[in-house]
Amino acid sequence: MELKRVVVTGLGALTPIGNNIEEYWNGLISGQSGAAPVTHFDASKFKTQFACEIKNFDPTDFIDRKEVRRMDRFAQYAMATAKEAMDDSKLDLEKIDKQRVGVIWGAGIGGLETFQDEVMAYAKGDGTPRFNPFFIPKMIADIAPGLISIKYGFMGPNYTTVSACASSANAIIDALNSIRLGHTDVVITGGSEAAVTEAGMGGFNAMHAMSTRNDDPKTASRPFDANRDGFVLGEGSGALVLEEYEHAKARGAKIYAEVVGGGLSSDAYHMTAPHPEGIGVVAVMENCLRNAGMKPEDVDAINTHGTSTPLGDVAELKAIGKVFGEHAKTLNINSTKSMTGHLLGAAGAVEAIASILSLEHGIVPPTINHETVDENINPELNLTLNEAQKRDVKVVMSNTFGFGGHNACVLFKKMD
Amino acid sequence: MSDIASRVKAIIVDKLGVDENEVVAEASFTNDLGADSLDTVELIMEFEKEFDIQIPDDQAENIATVGQAIKYIEEAK
Repeated sequence: MELKRVVVTGLGALTPIGNNIEEYWNGLISGQSGAAPVTHFDASKFKTQFACEIKNFDPTDFIDRKEVRRMDRFAQYAMATAKEAMDDSKLDLEKIDKQRVGVIWGAGIGGLETFQDEVMAYAKGDGTPRFNPFFIPKMIADIAPGLISIKYGFMGPNYTTVSACASSANAIIDALNSIRLGHTDVVITGGSEAAVTEAGMGGFNAMHAMSTRNDDPKTASRPFDANRDGFVLGEGSGALVLEEYEHAKARGAKIYAEVVGGGLSSDAYHMTAPHPEGIGVVAVMENCLRNAGMKPEDVDAINTHGTSTPLGDVAELKAIGKVFGEHAKTLNINSTKSMTGHLLGAAGAVEAIASILSLEHGIVPPTINHETVDENINPELNLTLNEAQKRDVKVVMSNTFGFGGHNACVLFKKMD
Repeated sequence: MSDIASRVKAIIVDKLGVDENEVVAEASFTNDLGADSLDTVELIMEFEKEFDIQIPDDQAENIATVGQAIKYIEEAK
């Protein structure tokens, strides 16, 4: 059976550095940091008191006031970016076969704030259960694609992938395969997360996973810098409309890029620590190249997982060295988490979008906040430090890895 | 309008996102005010909290309109 070709025809973003695609891209290429003191709750007793929050977001711009109350922030963010991506795609809802449109979303956690608030309210009471009837449907990670399908009437495959910080890359790969295999014509994919809550910050702090650079939040996310001390928690959403190539061509759609392959692997090593030699990461990039029918030399740029943790960054760059050999030195490698923070389950989506936009604009966004060389990192690698670099990127790879040892990798190619 | 009636109406306006003018005594939560099954459960819970009363499930089933809610609460207080 011949696989169908899959292209990207719509994008939507809600990120700590910009509330739509245009703002996000401008933030990326100008090296903006989205980090600031936490405003969602009083973080004064927390080890980390800053995060990359969404700013100036009014859910009623996207959702009916009554519906807003029924949605956790992670679902509100999903609705906002799905709308931008759908509008951008110019899909005509009257003309498409909605039975053949799916929504495959990614969320690492889902409605954490809803869970936290409901359980806290119960704990403060006298033991009488008074849970809100919207508690479960607001919290569950699969409600976001459910709500998107209800809004647009899309009756194809509908679910959420959960693989921690790789979640939305998993979703994109499932969307790719659904269209490739002919199950669907169009899939709305991406991911969203809203874990900047007491439970989220407290939980990640307890793991010693997050930066505690409270005196200078904007420089805290510093992937590949010798003095990096953990990731910066982010939140937001990214949405992509994936479409079968002939379907897109027939309606004269604007095509951003082709999704040429996806790879998956597992470290099978530790709950949260990356394998020091990055064996799972080597495997995932090799799987992805093979899936796309490409050679390492075909790739121009890599948007790394690069979370700014001491172990993870080095392991990933070592793995890139193993997979790409001499060619690794000619790659533009970056980590846009230096600007957005770590959007957890939404990271794969917003970074895929950054990658696709670098094909579109011929610019690779920088890895900001680099001050001190890490001697454990090969100095010959071009980590796109501090300033965006112009480059006619033809093929870009996006890596994302999640707690549990999940690795996902996607390749995007500029249309000829 | 009694104090109870005005508080009941305020809850309905807030939870169902409807216009105050629509919240008349005869209005049915589901047929007129757009509530679904989860909304009606939430409304009952809000009434319990606001007025510090217990509304058993078998009696909650009989509260389908604004007027029925006000009447039930007035009698329960």
